[in-house]
Amino acid sequence: MANKLDLRRFPGFLAVTYLCLFLLYAPLIVVMVYSFNDSNSITNWGGLSLRWYGEVFWGAEAAKFKAAAINSITIATMAAISATTIATLAATAMLKAGKFRGKSFGFALINLPLMVPEIVTAVATLIFFSAIGFTTGYFTILIAHIVFCVPFAYLPIAARMQGIEDVYEQAALDLYATRFQAFKLILLPLMTPGIISGFLLAFIISLDDFIITNFVKGAGIETLPTAIFGSVKQGIKPNIMAISTLLLLVSVVFVTLSYLVGRMGQNKK
Amino acid sequence: MAGLVSKSTSNTSTYAGLGPLLMLPSWVLIGFFLVLPVGMMLIYSFLTKEFRGGVIWEFSLAAYDQFFFDRGLFGDDPPVIEWTYIKIFWRSTWQAAVATFFCLLIGFPTAWFIATRTGPNKSIWLFLITIPYWVNLLIRTISMKFLIRDTGPLNEWLLSLGVISEPIHIINTNFAVQLGLFYSYLPFMVLPIYASVERYNFSFSEAAADLYASRWTTLTKVILPFVKPGIIAGCILVFVPSLGAFLAPDLLGGAKNFMIGSLIEEQFKGNAGNWPFGAAISMILLSIVLVVLTYYARQQGKEEAR
Amino acid sequence: MTEIAINIQNMTKRYGSFVALKNVSLSIKDNEFFTLLGPSGCGKTTLLRTIAGFENISEGAIKLYGEDIAELPPNKRPVNTVFQQYALFPHMDVTTNVMFGLLQLGQDRATASARVTEVLDLVQLTQFANRLPSQLSGGQQQRVALARALAPKPKVLLLDEPLSALDLKLRQAVRQELQQIQQETGITFVFVTHDQEEALTMSDRIAVIADGVVQQVGSARDIYEAPLNKFVADFIGETNLIDVVVTDVSQGNATCILPGGEKFTCPAAAGAVAGSGHLSVRPERVTLTKPGKGLLQGITTRQVYLGTDMHVDVRLDDGEIITVRVQNSEGMIIPETGAIAGLEFETGAARLLVD
Repeated sequence: MANKLDLRRFPGFLAVTYLCLFLLYAPLIVVMVYSFNDSNSITNWGGLSLRWYGEVFWGAEAAKFKAAAINSITIATMAAISATTIATLAATAMLKAGKFRGKSFGFALINLPLMVPEIVTAVATLIFFSAIGFTTGYFTILIAHIVFCVPFAYLPIAARMQGIEDVYEQAALDLYATRFQAFKLILLPLMTPGIISGFLLAFIISLDDFIITNFVKGAGIETLPTAIFGSVKQGIKPNIMAISTLLLLVSVVFVTLSYLVGRMGQNKK
Repeated sequence: MAGLVSKSTSNTSTYAGLGPLLMLPSWVLIGFFLVLPVGMMLIYSFLTKEFRGGVIWEFSLAAYDQFFFDRGLFGDDPPVIEWTYIKIFWRSTWQAAVATFFCLLIGFPTAWFIATRTGPNKSIWLFLITIPYWVNLLIRTISMKFLIRDTGPLNEWLLSLGVISEPIHIINTNFAVQLGLFYSYLPFMVLPIYASVERYNFSFSEAAADLYASRWTTLTKVILPFVKPGIIAGCILVFVPSLGAFLAPDLLGGAKNFMIGSLIEEQFKGNAGNWPFGAAISMILLSIVLVVLTYYARQQGKEEAR
Repeated sequence: MTEIAINIQNMTKRYGSFVALKNVSLSIKDNEFFTLLGPSGCGKTTLLRTIAGFENISEGAIKLYGEDIAELPPNKRPVNTVFQQYALFPHMDVTTNVMFGLLQLGQDRATASARVTEVLDLVQLTQFANRLPSQLSGGQQQRVALARALAPKPKVLLLDEPLSALDLKLRQAVRQELQQIQQETGITFVFVTHDQEEALTMSDRIAVIADGVVQQVGSARDIYEAPLNKFVADFIGETNLIDVVVTDVSQGNATCILPGGEKFTCPAAAGAVAGSGHLSVRPERVTLTKPGKGLLQGITTRQVYLGTDMHVDVRLDDGEIITVRVQNSEGMIIPETGAIAGLEFETGAARLLVD
């Protein structure tokens, strides 16, 4: 109906939306394009080339970045696995265990990492480890990551679990399954897309983290973001463009996968 | 926010009685590694600083004192208000507010536009808007820095078009920081407004039109009040992280644009560090954020009770 | 003497301050097809779930073949449920679904497989053994749900409105099959429905439930011919409720004064007392006679043609409307709207209800 469209349309809104998209993507696209710049200087365009990607993998700083990448990936994997497990248990408690003491408190606690400003979390975590004499390094990073990954893993897991009606587990109990069996044989399989989705989200959140990692990592270790940051502090070099592009693409792929996997389950029903 | 709680009406949930056990890992993890640390931070803010970083376990109000007041070398003079740090907080608030304003200005029309798309287009637009958010914040900030530098592509492009004769100096200005913050948190403004507009019933617009209202009057008098909760949520979701942001001010603002985030970071770097002071600043920041969030939560509660 | 399969004594179920079931007492016999019948929200499903173990009871006792099961969790009670929406595990095929309970009980695969084949045969779904639930029609899913619940040979089978999602023709066919299966297996069936036709055609006995209270328990005939109170009389089939003044109730008979003044005697439901009351008279037991004759007089207000019969509404002086069912036949006489008609019914056709 022509009238209805008119009421929804405001002149200029479309333009602003395109502007918005442009503003969001321009810097990223520029970086991606310049990562293929053949020139030594990052300001002059010298033609297309993959040399900076080569530099990243085999050049002078390659070892440093490789070590950092390995740290990032291993930490992200372990943090995501831990966070996903904890979040799954928590979601089961929140959605399928009825009322219990401390339930709303527990719910607030799960959301807490999202509400405290990142830098405050970073400072507090550093102080804590220092106070108990725990040396900063790989494990302090890992623990801090698990903490803030939990709410991110929780979101898709709980969303999925919400859609699984109680009746399936009741049917399992009706057929003599123990609660553990019902959890393992019925709930978990039906939850799989949500769990995978949560895992992917937690993984990328951990991989991308800078501020907290920077604070609690101590001197001897780097993750990919902190290595990139350190490098940038010395001036933006073309290989930074290349690494940034790679990391950018990894992030996008992971989140898209997470979204698609989450949706996959829905269509099956 | 993870807002999902059980809707079960049955008296016996499947895992009834197992709640506390299942929640135990979360409680232990977050209680021990977040709540406790914040508590430690509070304590540290009342301790004495150690020369090379760290603390001496001796009670002192020096940290808070240093923040607000400037005492003479011997501490006998009456306190004079120290404006340096307060100014930094004020500047951060100002920057965050400006960034929030820009986000609102651009985010509202965007959110409206997306929400009024039909069919599969809607999810596609949403997806497009949120993808940049998922790119590493560091990478995004670096990209912005790269783009707007004096010798960066933006200036290059404008110069080659003849629009300007000299590079525009954007980097290391207030504007650069605001731009960076805007870039970092824009999706946080768009999504809540989008959610609100989704719930808007266009019969209201029709009624207004039926009563001779112009499009813009309808916007200001009918739509905005309805969408207000989304707008407020968006503003908070942009303002709070902006206040404590570190990357944008550090990479885009340079030394002259010290904000809270950079100030805190400085306290924990190497020998010049002052841990209790850093802890104190963090506590102040946290308190401000908690006040804002509590106020918001209470408003939400009132809205829902209505 | 027939064994009692399920004995519920003075059972009350509360959700906070809301009372879902009040002081329910029932005895369900072994090998019986027992139906819980009532309108939506009456508590019949809640009652079923307390037997299954998904709801705790607030007061009273539930015994299964003499054994107290109130404290047992559902996976320890030898009863199985056919859920209203079937609840077939979506990620398992038909065979795995049906085998589930058997494996949980500790049977080895071979024995379980044999039983699954047996039971799929019983419900005539052998050729669908490897399909996923999403690949089956509603009727087929319902049979799988039935097979899955029958496989572990439960002492009692609970069925929660299993036919409500099926279309009419299918429903009628499945009703017959369910009855056959019950008779063949000899398992006690407890069946929940809001459809009275279903209840009347399938059950050995019916418990009519309203507002959490058991109104009456009896065979289809008992309930139809001898309803106890207004609810049961009105809920099962159609009836006319006539206001009367009861002068005497003794030895199961009531003497009362009809509107219009005629004295009338008829059977009384147990518990009916003198005073003001209601007679229940089914429309098919009322006949139209000439004005001035019969027990009641009234003005015809409308006629409804229903194919098999004609319903004629007659309004009495005090405003009540009596519906008369006249079987469609040659030479049937239907009074015109506005005409005065007389109404006649036998002693045995009326019944004084408990108010």
